[in-house]
Amino acid sequence: MSILLSNISKNFGQFAALHDIDLEIPEGELVALLGPSGCGKTTLLRIIAGLEQADKGKIFLDGDDKTDLHVSQRGIGFVFQHYALFRHMTVFDNVAFGMRVKDKKLRPSETEIAKKTHALLELVQFDWLHNRFPDQLSGGQRQRIGLARALAVEPSVLLLDEPFGALDASVRKDLRQWLRNLHHELNITSIFVTHDQEEAMEVASQVVVLNKGRIKQQGSPAEIYDYPANEFVSKFIGQTNEFTLEHYTVDWFKHIGLPISAESKIAHVRPHDIEIVKTANNDTPITLKDWQHLGALIWIELTKNLPNGKPKLVYVEMPNEQFKRLQLNRGDKVDLKVRHAHWFN
Amino acid sequence: MSTVISRNVHQSTLDDANWVRWSLIAVALGFVILFLCVPLVLVIIQAFSKGFGAYFSALSEPDMQAAMRLTLLTALITVPLNTVFGVAAAWAITRFEFRGKNLLITLIDLPFSVSPVISGLIFVLMFGAQGWFGSWFVEHDIKIIFAVPGIVLATLFITFPFVARQLIPLTQEMCSEEEEAALSLGASGWKTFFLITLPNIKWALLYGVLLCNARAMGEFGAVSVVSGHIRGMTNTLPLHVEVSYNEYDSVSAFAGASILAGLAIVTLILKTILEWKQTNRATV
Amino acid sequence: MSQSRIMPGFRPTVSFTVFYLSLVVLIPLSTLVFKSFELNFDYYLNIITHKRVVAAFRVSFSTALGAAIIASFFGFIVAWVLTRYSFAGKRFFHAIIDLPFALPTAVAGIVLATIFQPSGFLGKFLKENFDLQIGFKPAGIVVALIFISIPFVVRTVEPVLQEFDSRMEEAASSLGATRWQVFAKIIFPNIFPALLTGFALSFARGVGEYGSVIFIAGNLPYISEIVPLLIITKLEQYDMPGATAIALTMLVISFLLLLLINLLQHWVRKRSG
Repeated sequence: MSILLSNISKNFGQFAALHDIDLEIPEGELVALLGPSGCGKTTLLRIIAGLEQADKGKIFLDGDDKTDLHVSQRGIGFVFQHYALFRHMTVFDNVAFGMRVKDKKLRPSETEIAKKTHALLELVQFDWLHNRFPDQLSGGQRQRIGLARALAVEPSVLLLDEPFGALDASVRKDLRQWLRNLHHELNITSIFVTHDQEEAMEVASQVVVLNKGRIKQQGSPAEIYDYPANEFVSKFIGQTNEFTLEHYTVDWFKHIGLPISAESKIAHVRPHDIEIVKTANNDTPITLKDWQHLGALIWIELTKNLPNGKPKLVYVEMPNEQFKRLQLNRGDKVDLKVRHAHWFN
Repeated sequence: MSTVISRNVHQSTLDDANWVRWSLIAVALGFVILFLCVPLVLVIIQAFSKGFGAYFSALSEPDMQAAMRLTLLTALITVPLNTVFGVAAAWAITRFEFRGKNLLITLIDLPFSVSPVISGLIFVLMFGAQGWFGSWFVEHDIKIIFAVPGIVLATLFITFPFVARQLIPLTQEMCSEEEEAALSLGASGWKTFFLITLPNIKWALLYGVLLCNARAMGEFGAVSVVSGHIRGMTNTLPLHVEVSYNEYDSVSAFAGASILAGLAIVTLILKTILEWKQTNRATV
Repeated sequence: MSQSRIMPGFRPTVSFTVFYLSLVVLIPLSTLVFKSFELNFDYYLNIITHKRVVAAFRVSFSTALGAAIIASFFGFIVAWVLTRYSFAGKRFFHAIIDLPFALPTAVAGIVLATIFQPSGFLGKFLKENFDLQIGFKPAGIVVALIFISIPFVVRTVEPVLQEFDSRMEEAASSLGATRWQVFAKIIFPNIFPALLTGFALSFARGVGEYGSVIFIAGNLPYISEIVPLLIITKLEQYDMPGATAIALTMLVISFLLLLLINLLQHWVRKRSG
């Protein structure tokens, strides 16, 4: 089911959580709402779910206006950050809940409910634990049950609030992959909230970057990374070096061409878009300070003394092989060549 | 080696010297035994001081029986009313933000800080012969003061906050996420309440009901003011105990007292169980 | 307000709460206030400055104060012993602390009177060995109020003692403090606000207490007559204005005490962060 948000605004007292959000999500996508904490991403998710009412704006699911529809009528599946499992019910009863509270006319029979519940528990690889209570489960297990419970009502949209936020790093890695595969299998339009850019890039087919209640950019992970629309996105996603274009840096950009009005420009350069050239020229004395092995890549720290006397750090990333070929030592003088830069005002 | 030593040091820093510990335990237990255990035991001893026969005949006196019935009736009316109120108030206060909420919480606690005698007096002022509505009720031949309705009203006032007090902190701490989850799965408001909220608060609710009931059955000061002490008619069990005691009918007084003390013991036992259930509700 | 549309039942629960509260509590209580407006101010002053009334207030407040102090002292020790030490029968003692909440005050009253009256078993013992009479004296009122106060103190102090971060004690010990210094400088200052709250709760309850007191007090005007009893006496003499005036004074004092307790608790919460 496609989702369309038009002009959504929300204030909490004086605090404006969301300003005029317009967002279109085509059917079947797996979308990440990404942003720093307090950017409004969870509020937006809750508004789509109907757990929160927007002050202004409309929500369309498959073209139908659902703005004023109560959460219990909206047909969404919501997976809560801390899972919100019903702790007085077994895993089985948790998953069956959504089917059991349906109106008599629509409610499946107990045998059908049991069949479907077991099927869902198998889907989340959990059927063997169906008699346990939530408190007897690990975080990752609870997360899967939360998901199975949300899927039981056959939602047209699946919403997940920080689905991996409360989990250990190792469990998180596994669950991400699993969620991706599950999405491929079910193909339900899904939105998840995260503050972890790596998670967003790895799992989502579309990323929506939010900051201070506004959408900064929407696109595929590759688009967001390779063509950041603004300074915020460029800095928030991945590593970046920030250069103010001044006389001593101009040389580094020469061969890729400078923007026309060079004066007020700021360049963002990814560490892997910088090439290091060995030089004997002491006029551009950039010094190799240190490096770290990251396996296949080398992370290099360079310093340059600015005219104001302060040192500026520049980060460069290059393949191990290439680094070996350069035969660099700490304290070597080097020159830089930028391969690719993003220009912002 | 070093870990062993540090553990010993660690223990000795937090443990008090033996003589300190034992003298404090002696003082505390002596105090509790003198003020709490001795009185409880004495009620039983006094009740049976003239033998079992006297005890049971005191209990089967018609006035005693009438007093027990009235006490039960009062509790039967007041406890359910205040329970419904407590649940509604807890829901309103913990699930919504609205202006005047803090004032509402303070007002709910009000009866706790009013002397029982004043709690009775206000109903005399309202419904007594010289009271506001007194003359109207006299004309229509409805008796409120020195009659059962007055006793019920005063008890209602006294036991008003008990259930709400127990539920408000608990529902506050229970995050509404579980309820939101139920709503998002399509449950209606009532279903969410009965299937999700109620099972989570049931032990605290029972606990509140228990305390409310103990107070409703045992209230003395407020009821004493509005009752008029008419034997067999408007005497609750605590009032019957008072009247018998003042008439030097010690066996009857302590027989009634033993029933109330039994009620208190049952209350304490249930209370301990419920406290345990509530703190362990996660794993039950 | 938006929340009210998501969670069901805003309108019915809030309106029922306010309606029931008004009916059962606010309207009856306001009767007392409005009734006292009918009193002439001089007349009101006359009543409450009457020697017997003043004496009753003095008895009520001084006995409640004494009982609250004694109960705070012993209650603190009881809470300490119950949270810090283990001993046989701890569960039983823990449960029986709440007896005064569960035992009807009239029962407490007659049994305490039976114990402490000059012919009672403790009363006789104290009389013969120490020439001390408790029953039918203000001391008897103090005894009854101590009984009532115990759970207020213990139940306020206990949770704070339980949650007390023992790492602070370890830190103090590691810096060279003796056990007594740790108690006086680290533990007690942290527990004190709760103890003060427990004290204030007992005091407030003690001032208004009736049932457990009247049997043991002897109820002699000027000596051991408490304010609630005086209100009842006025009522029985059909002196409505008198009863109203005394009750209003008492109510105002209780509310001031309540305010004080709330401020205290606010202060405690602020201190504990």
